[in-house]
Amino acid sequence: MKSSVIVFPGSNCDRDIAVALEKMQFKNQMVWHKETKLPKSDLIVIPGGFSYGDYLRSGAIAGKSQIINEVIKAANSGCLILGICNGFQILTETGLLKGTLLRNQNLKFINKDIQIKVINNNSKFSNKYEKDQILKINIAHNEGNYFTDSNHLDQLKKEDLIVFKYCDEKGNINKNSNPNGSLENIAGILNSNKNILGMMPHPERMVDEIISNKDGINLFSSLLN
Amino acid sequence: MKFSVIVTLKKDVLDPQGKVVQNTLLNMGMDKLKSIRQGKHFEIEVNENNESIARNKIDEMCKKLLVNLIIENYKIDKI
Repeated sequence: MKSSVIVFPGSNCDRDIAVALEKMQFKNQMVWHKETKLPKSDLIVIPGGFSYGDYLRSGAIAGKSQIINEVIKAANSGCLILGICNGFQILTETGLLKGTLLRNQNLKFINKDIQIKVINNNSKFSNKYEKDQILKINIAHNEGNYFTDSNHLDQLKKEDLIVFKYCDEKGNINKNSNPNGSLENIAGILNSNKNILGMMPHPERMVDEIISNKDGINLFSSLLN
Repeated sequence: MKFSVIVTLKKDVLDPQGKVVQNTLLNMGMDKLKSIRQGKHFEIEVNENNESIARNKIDEMCKKLLVNLIIENYKIDKI
């Protein structure tokens, strides 16, 4: 499977995701944001970081960059797109995913390992997980507070587009297990065609027991499935 | 021609920064303070002498980049 990782000035999880993809036998290429053409890819990853220093709004400037037009074209023709952290913010700024990511409710940058629950294990990105499986995974963001209008929230529920929700160690999804104020504890969503996933947690940081755990591995093996 | 664009969060969107500023001012003894909402201000100059064309251009800039229409409102004024 061929993957491309888009690199913006200020991206800082681009090499982590490349290591994770290569470990999982993806044939990966890094693509600088000024490129006007994308290599043929089955998967495009928009990595985490602080593209353009988060100027204007997180992801706003990257969302209008040259390469993004190609990403939008690829997305509309069915290519799989994964946006992690700042990548999720960029996807909402492009309109490929609806809604937006507000500043964390407690106004603090949060960097810690939290739990998320697999709500939908039927997607291209999550089919190797069990339904309701609890994953321990790292978050590191200042704007992860997902917000959308009530019509879109209804659509997310009806079409089973919510893939991950924040929970506690026992799997309880409530205010206390919500790190950033995100609407209904949402941590990751799909578009209605289910070929685009945006998520705030970092699966690429959870692919090796030596530095963390392997809870992120199945996201990548799902893609290969 | 020069314009001012004020971008504010919509009424129902939580404004944590505004709230912190508000609490700090209250702690400083500003007891007449009722509420604060924080926003952004842009000063934009365009090469266009026709006001309505210029306004349309500014409006396009707002919609396409400067404003996140899901959570923000904006107001354009000539200055």
